[in-house]
Amino acid sequence: MTDHAGVDTFAADSHGPIATLGGRPLISNCGIPLNLDWVQQVRVNTSAVERRAQSHVARRTVKKEWQAAWLLRAVSCMDLTTLSGDDTEERVRRLCAKARHPIQDDLVKRLGIEELDIKVAAVCVYHTFVETAVRALEGSGVRVAAVSTGFPAGLSPLTERVAEIRRSVEAGANDIDVVITRAHVFGGKWQALYDEIAAFKQASGSAHMKVILGTGDLLTLRNVARASFVAMMAGADFIKTSTGKEPTNATLPVGFVMTRAIREYAQETGMAVGFKPAGGIRTAKQSIEWLALMKEELGTSWMRSELFRFGASGLLNDIERQLEHYATGRYSADYRHPVA
Amino acid sequence: MSIAEKFVAMEYGPAPEDPKEALAWLDLHGRRFGHFIDNTWRPPTEDGYFETADPSTGEKLATVAQGSASDIDGAVRAASAALPKWQALTPHARARYLYALARTVQKHSRRLAVLETMDNGKPIRESRDIDIPLVARHFYHHAGWAQLLQQEFPGYTACGVVGQIIPWNFPLLMLAWKIAPALATGNTVVLKPAEFTPLTALAFAEICSEIGLPRGVVNIVTGDGSTGEALVKHPDVAKIAFTGSTEVGRAIRSATASSHKRLSLELGGKSPFIIFEDADLDSAVEGLVDGIWFNQGQVCCAGSRLLMQESIAEALIAKVRERMSTLRAGAPLDKSIDIGAIVARVQLDRIKRLVEQGVAEGATCWQPQIELPSRGLYYPPTLLSNVHPTSIVAQREIFGPVLATMTFRTPSEAVELANNTLYGLAACVWSESINVALHVASQLKAGVVWVNCTNLFDASCGFGGYRESGYGREGGREGLLEYLEPAWFRSAPALPAAKLPADQKSTDDNLARPAIDRTVKLYIGGKQARPDSGYSMEIRASDGRLLGEAPLGNRKDIRNAVEAAHKASGWAKTTAHSRAQVLYYVAENLSQRSEEIARRLAAVVGETQAASEVSLGIERIFSYAAWADKFDGAVHNPPFRNIALAMNEPLGTVGIVCPNQAPLLGFLSLVMPVLAAGNAAVVVPSEMYPLITADLYQLFDTSDLPGGAVNIVTGYTSQLLKTLAEHDDVDAIWCFGDGTSAAAAKTYSIGNLKQVFTNEGRAIDWFDVTQGEGRWFLQHAVQVKNIWVPYGE
Repeated sequence: MTDHAGVDTFAADSHGPIATLGGRPLISNCGIPLNLDWVQQVRVNTSAVERRAQSHVARRTVKKEWQAAWLLRAVSCMDLTTLSGDDTEERVRRLCAKARHPIQDDLVKRLGIEELDIKVAAVCVYHTFVETAVRALEGSGVRVAAVSTGFPAGLSPLTERVAEIRRSVEAGANDIDVVITRAHVFGGKWQALYDEIAAFKQASGSAHMKVILGTGDLLTLRNVARASFVAMMAGADFIKTSTGKEPTNATLPVGFVMTRAIREYAQETGMAVGFKPAGGIRTAKQSIEWLALMKEELGTSWMRSELFRFGASGLLNDIERQLEHYATGRYSADYRHPVA
Repeated sequence: MSIAEKFVAMEYGPAPEDPKEALAWLDLHGRRFGHFIDNTWRPPTEDGYFETADPSTGEKLATVAQGSASDIDGAVRAASAALPKWQALTPHARARYLYALARTVQKHSRRLAVLETMDNGKPIRESRDIDIPLVARHFYHHAGWAQLLQQEFPGYTACGVVGQIIPWNFPLLMLAWKIAPALATGNTVVLKPAEFTPLTALAFAEICSEIGLPRGVVNIVTGDGSTGEALVKHPDVAKIAFTGSTEVGRAIRSATASSHKRLSLELGGKSPFIIFEDADLDSAVEGLVDGIWFNQGQVCCAGSRLLMQESIAEALIAKVRERMSTLRAGAPLDKSIDIGAIVARVQLDRIKRLVEQGVAEGATCWQPQIELPSRGLYYPPTLLSNVHPTSIVAQREIFGPVLATMTFRTPSEAVELANNTLYGLAACVWSESINVALHVASQLKAGVVWVNCTNLFDASCGFGGYRESGYGREGGREGLLEYLEPAWFRSAPALPAAKLPADQKSTDDNLARPAIDRTVKLYIGGKQARPDSGYSMEIRASDGRLLGEAPLGNRKDIRNAVEAAHKASGWAKTTAHSRAQVLYYVAENLSQRSEEIARRLAAVVGETQAASEVSLGIERIFSYAAWADKFDGAVHNPPFRNIALAMNEPLGTVGIVCPNQAPLLGFLSLVMPVLAAGNAAVVVPSEMYPLITADLYQLFDTSDLPGGAVNIVTGYTSQLLKTLAEHDDVDAIWCFGDGTSAAAAKTYSIGNLKQVFTNEGRAIDWFDVTQGEGRWFLQHAVQVKNIWVPYGE
C-alpha cells in the first residue's frame, strides 16, 4: 500500500509520469509492436478469478467519512452517459448541467468539500451530440466523450469507422470510445485486431482513446485477457469492458482480468493504461467495489479519472442518496436529487 | 482528517464490526462459564477456572471451568445415560434435531462469528463468511444423513459415547465437524474445546438447550490437556475423535492402545502448493492468499510449501511479493482485514523461533512493509526463499503465515518433493492443463487435492490425511463410517484364548512322526526364501502329532518382506480389471488343488472345517475378484461449480496378522480385500497352521500374481507383529489375532501412526458371509482422496 501513497501529485501531463506501480513511475501508453507470443501465453482460470471476485467484495469495505470520500471519488471518475435512441439536444444539455454540478450545494456544504469542486470526469454521448455537449460544458473542465466506430456493434466499414472518429475529434470530443470487431477475437486474428485499433488510435489524434472490448460478447475471460493485451499494444489509452448493450456488461471477474493485464503491461513496458468498466454499475456499493479493485490490483494512482472511469447513467443518483444519508443520518429518496 | 483529505488519500479507514451483542451475551453469563453437562451448567468439581482472552488486545473475555477427571466422568455418565433414549429415537427425529441446530446456528450467526473472532483472533470476514456458514452447512448436511441412516447404512450401529477433542484454529467449525456426524449416527457426545478458544462451544451448548436437544446428548467440558487426557482414558468412551497436533495424536494412540476405543485423528500437515509454468499465475497467487495467509496460516491444511516450476519462479515470486504488500493486518473485528492476531503468545513464539532457525539454515526471509498493530499478538506475512528440503522450515509445521519456497524442474520432481514429508493432509496443484493437474493429483500422498483452488471445504466431501496427518475422514459418507460399526461386530463375543496344539504335549511324538513330505519356506518377493534365523518351529496336528516344521521368521525376514512389498507398487497401478483376473486365477488354482489342501488342513481343523474352508475360500476369492473393479469412489456434490472426486486409493503396504480359527479362510478373508484394493501385503499366517504357506505360494506362483504383492513370513506372531507394526514403511496393520495382539498392534504402530484395523479381540465368524467379507474390509483397505476440480471457461 505504501508503494502507491501520495500519487495524486501527478499532473495529467502526458509527457511526465501518470502513475506508479511498485514504486516505478509510468508514462502514458504509446503502444508497442504486436507481440503474439505474449498474447498466446495468456492463462486465465475462470473459476479462480470468479472466486477472487467473490471474496474481494467481502474483503474490503469503507465506512463513514471514508465511504463519503470514496463515493465522491467515484463521482469524479464518472463518464456520465446517455446512449439512447430517444436522446435529444435538450436531454444532453440537461445531462451536462448535472455533470457540472453533480452534487447539490447544501450537501457539498454539509460534507465540507467545497474546495474539491467535484464534477464528473466526462459526459459520454453519440457523435450527433458532441457539439451540443462541448458547448454546454465549456469552461467546466468536464470532458466530452463520443462513442464511435459504429457503436455498439462496430460492424460498419473500416473507412467509415475511422472517419467517424475524425468527425468527433473535429467536433471537439476529448475522449473517443471505440468498439472492436469481436470477430477478430473469435478468429484469433490478432494482427487484424491490432491494425484496426492502431488505425483508430491514429485517427483519435490527441483525444484519449478508450477501447471497448465487448466483454459480454467475448464471453470467455481468456478472450478478454488476450483482447486487452492487443488493445494496449495497439496504443489504447483506456481499455473498457463493454458497450452497455451486451447481455452482460461490466462484471468484477472481467475487471480482475483486465486490471491484471494492465498491471502486467505496465510492468513489461513502463506504460500505464486506464480502465473503464461500463454497463450494469448502478449502486454506490458497486462503485466502491470497483474502486477497491483498482486499489488492490493497481494501487491508488489508478483511482483517478486520468486512469479510471465508470461508464454509468443511474449510478450518480444512488451515490447522491448515500452521501445524503451520510450527511443527515436519514435514508434518502430518489426524488430529492435533481435528475440528469 | 477531513473528507477532502480522505478524498486525496483514498485509504480504507477503519470498518469495525460491533462486538456489542457478543459482549452482552458474555455479560449475561456473568463472564463465567461452568461445564455444560446433562443440559445444565455445572461448576467445576475440583480445579476452578481459567481465563480466555482476546489475542488481538490481551483483554480477558471470560473465565471458564477447568475440567477435572471427575467433571469428565460426570459428562460421560450423562452421555451414557442419554444413549438408550437417543438411539431409540427414529432417524427422522434425530434429523429434526440436527435441522434445528443448523437453523439456530444461522439465526445466531453473527454473534457466533464475532465471538469466534474475539476469542481466536481470526478476521471477522473469515468467521462470518467461511467458518459459521460451514458450521450451518455441516448440520444441514448431517440432518440429511440422520434421516437416511437406516436406508444408507443397513446393519450398522453407533459406537456409543464418543469423546471429541478439538483445536483452537477453527473452534466452532471443528465442533460441527465432530458433533454433526456423531449425532446423525446416533452417538452421544462429550466434547472438549481447545483451552484458548472455548467460547463458541459454550455458545453452541446454549443452542443445544434452546432447541430442546435431549439431556446428555451433547456435553461440553472445558479445560486444558489434562481434561482431554481424562476424556481419552475414560473407560466408558467408545470412540475418540481428535483434531490437533501430531504429537498429541500420537499420545492419544498410545493411551488408547490397550482399549477397544475407536480412534480417528486429524493431525498436522506441511502441504505442498505446486505451481506449474502453464498456470494462471495471478490466480495461483490468490490461491496462496487463501492458503497460507488464511487464518494467519494456522490451518492444518495450509499450503505452506510453495513448489514452483523453475521457468516461472522469478516472475511468480515477484507477484507473490506484490500481493503480500497489499495484505492488511490488523484488528480482527475490522471488516477490511486479511491477517488477524495469532491465537496465543506461545504460538507466536513458536513461529518466530522456527523462522529464525530457517534463516539460520540458509533461507532468505522477506516480509512486506505493512503496518502491524502495536499491541496484540501479530506476525507479518512471511516469505522464505532458498529453502532446501533439509531445512526445518521445509519439514516442520509452522502453523503461521510463513511460506517456504522451492523450485522443481519436471512434474515427477514436483511429485517427489511434494511427497517428501511425514505428512499427507492436503495439496494444491495449479496448471491449466488437465492432463498435468490430474496426473500429479493422482500421485500426491494427500487426503485432499485442490486443483486450481485452495482450502475449499464442504460437509459432503471427506477431509483427512495420509501418513502422519492422521486417519479417518470427516465429512461425507466416508466421515459417517467413523461413527458407525457393523452391528454384528459390536455384539461379537470375545475370542476364546488360543490353544495351540503344540501346547498339548503329545506323549509319543516319535512314534507318530510321519515322513516330512516337503520343506516349507517363507515367501518373499515372489520367491521362496529360507528364514534368516536358520531355525524352524514345530507344527502339530490337533491331536498333537507333528505335522511338519515351519520356518521361524525374524525381524530381518519382515524387513525383507516389506522391501519386497514396497517394490511391488506396480500392483497398485495394475488396472482393477487385471487385478480381478489374477484373483480369479488364484481361485481357479485353489479349486484344482482343493482336495490335497483340504486333506492337509484337516489334520489341524478336522475334515469338515477343512472342506468348508477350502470351498468358502474359493468363494471369498471370487467375491473380492468381483469387488476389485466395483469398489468405486464417488463424485460428491459440494455447492460449487466443480467436480469433487472421492477416489479410493490403496494404502500401500499392509501388514496382516491372520487368525488362528480358520488358517486358510482367515488368511484369504484378509489378504484378498487388501489385494483387490491394490495394496501389497506382508502376511503372518496363523501360528496354528503356518504350513498353509507352502500351499499358498504355489497357488500365487501359478496365478500370475506379481512377486512382492503378497509376502508371507511365518513365525511367532507376537515377535513378527512388533517388527511389522513398528516398521515405518508399512502403511497399515490388520491384526486379527487375540486381544493381546490387537493392543500390541496399536501400541507398536505409534511411530508412523499407521492405520490399525483389528478384531478388538472379538470372535469373527469367517464362515458367515455377513461377517467374513464385504465393504467393511474393503473400506479399511483404502484411503479416500478427494480431488477438487473447479471448471468453467
